[in-house]
Amino acid sequence: MSYSKPKFKEKYANFINGEFVAPVGGEYFENTSPIDNSLIAKYPRSQQVDVDNALDAANAAKEAWGNTSAAHRASLLNKVADIIEANLEEFALVETCDNGKAIRETLNADVPLAIDHWRYFAACIRAEEGTVSELDQHTLSMNIKEPLGVVGQIIPWNFPLLMLSWKLPPALATGNCVVLKPAEQTPSSATLLMEKIADVFPPGVVNVIHGFGPEAGKPLASSSKVNKVAFTGETTTGQLIMQYASKNLNPVTMELGGKSPNIFFNSVMDADDAYLDKAIEGAVLFAFNQGEVCTCPSRILVQEDIYDKFMEKVIERTNAIIQDNPYDTNTMMGAQASNDQFEKIQSYFKIGKEEGAKVLTGGEANKLSGDLANGFYIKPTLLEGHNKMRVFQEEIFGPVACVTKFKDEAEAIEIANDTLYGLGAGVWTRDAHQLYQIPRAIKAGRVWVNCYHAYPAHAPFGGYKKSGFGRENHLMMMNYYRQTKNMLISYDKNKLGFF
Amino acid sequence: MTRVEITDKASEIVRQLKAKHGELIFHQSGGCCDGSSPMIFEKEDMYLDESDIHLGDVEGIPFYMNKDQYEYWKHTHLTIDITQGRGGSFSLEIPLGLRFIIHSRLLNEAEQSFFKSN
Repeated sequence: MSYSKPKFKEKYANFINGEFVAPVGGEYFENTSPIDNSLIAKYPRSQQVDVDNALDAANAAKEAWGNTSAAHRASLLNKVADIIEANLEEFALVETCDNGKAIRETLNADVPLAIDHWRYFAACIRAEEGTVSELDQHTLSMNIKEPLGVVGQIIPWNFPLLMLSWKLPPALATGNCVVLKPAEQTPSSATLLMEKIADVFPPGVVNVIHGFGPEAGKPLASSSKVNKVAFTGETTTGQLIMQYASKNLNPVTMELGGKSPNIFFNSVMDADDAYLDKAIEGAVLFAFNQGEVCTCPSRILVQEDIYDKFMEKVIERTNAIIQDNPYDTNTMMGAQASNDQFEKIQSYFKIGKEEGAKVLTGGEANKLSGDLANGFYIKPTLLEGHNKMRVFQEEIFGPVACVTKFKDEAEAIEIANDTLYGLGAGVWTRDAHQLYQIPRAIKAGRVWVNCYHAYPAHAPFGGYKKSGFGRENHLMMMNYYRQTKNMLISYDKNKLGFF
Repeated sequence: MTRVEITDKASEIVRQLKAKHGELIFHQSGGCCDGSSPMIFEKEDMYLDESDIHLGDVEGIPFYMNKDQYEYWKHTHLTIDITQGRGGSFSLEIPLGLRFIIHSRLLNEAEQSFFKSN
């Protein structure tokens, strides 16, 4: 089945204090679809003043919102989930148009997962309780979690609605107000969501501003009117945001990407069965979302005695990927999100080849026909080489996996950890000891064991090393949006006796 | 000999940005999304110290990279170029609808021995 480009208005607005508001300066930018480079719509090119207006609205709303009951907040989060679910196809289509990813993924992954995150945090905030300790016969220590106040959230373009749904629900569930800036490449699904849920929250609780990083992102990240900044992106911007936060003595959480190893031990080929089939797919998951995933399994490590046979199957499966019109449900891989990504990936092909990497498949752009000829398509690519090559060390953020072999467990661990990053990793083996010991030895925040690219709301996600800090998903996420009020209560009628 | 160069097209954008913002620096990013691209900022915007390697100047402005990242990059020569695009960072060229990108090549033998002895 094939869909077509959804209809958009000519231009959209920021969502501030419960209303759609034009940018004060009256400037807009044109947002295009990477599928065919056609215009989607105009979005506000916000400036400091727009950001300040949103922050003022959020600050005005925070007292009342922070004092609402958990039951009330949970019911509103559930309402949002129901609204997205009732409009699942529309959200999927808008997301595909704006980001370029295949509709198969937005229908079955992005949007359903987004819905579940809203429901998960609605459930968490109801089920959770504070803690109390009787310190001695007369003294009670009571810990109450209080919201931080106003949170600034800057989200990326690779999973626009899903990343929004990772960040908004825990902040709102815990009683914070939010000013969120979507990536300028993908402002559409956040805008559609605000249109659908405009009346759900009290004015000022959720605010969305559009614009460019230096003009709108920086004022948000550096404002003294926010109490916390959450960011997903790259290291330099991460460092800048931490600098700004240090001026305001604000907490931050950072998710800054990775270069995730996906390790295949020789036992995966002990039998030609369903598990081997799953492992082959596990290797080919580098092409999921065109490789535009922070945890893209972009380094495939294969034990040397199965290398040739295993890679033969991986190459075959990679070559079977259908890359075509993203609106077609048969398409497995769509377009890269923007021209600069498209160019960057190709410049990595060049340096990879120059460093001696062998192209096992792909290694070039994919010129599609018709209107799609203007889109940004890269063939799924496997490069064979060694771990010191730059293509093995840098996040290409494209459908590119770099393949190398290892001798034994020690070498697998050494290669896996020889990276600046530590976000995700995959371990594939039928050996019960390796199943536990190898993941423990890998310095990464998430190790998938005999699976990959699963992102349930119930499992914490975040990085080691230069991949950042703080966790997302899971109920522990809520504490990143709260502070602890300790009430120390004395039931003793007698004085200390000091004075 | 240089470790980093810039194309004429990219130079022209740097000059435009300089006229608007004053003194600037480049910092090479790593990681997710818009990472692995050079970012351009006002000079005072980013705190730099000995953990940032100064690779050279292009169009009169210094180019830096974090030293951990540099360890993996030091055998390559970099050329800053500019392309159509819309990165999601705080880099100053983004409102122009442009993005700086890096083209890399291996250092040749002469360059390698030059940088070893200097």
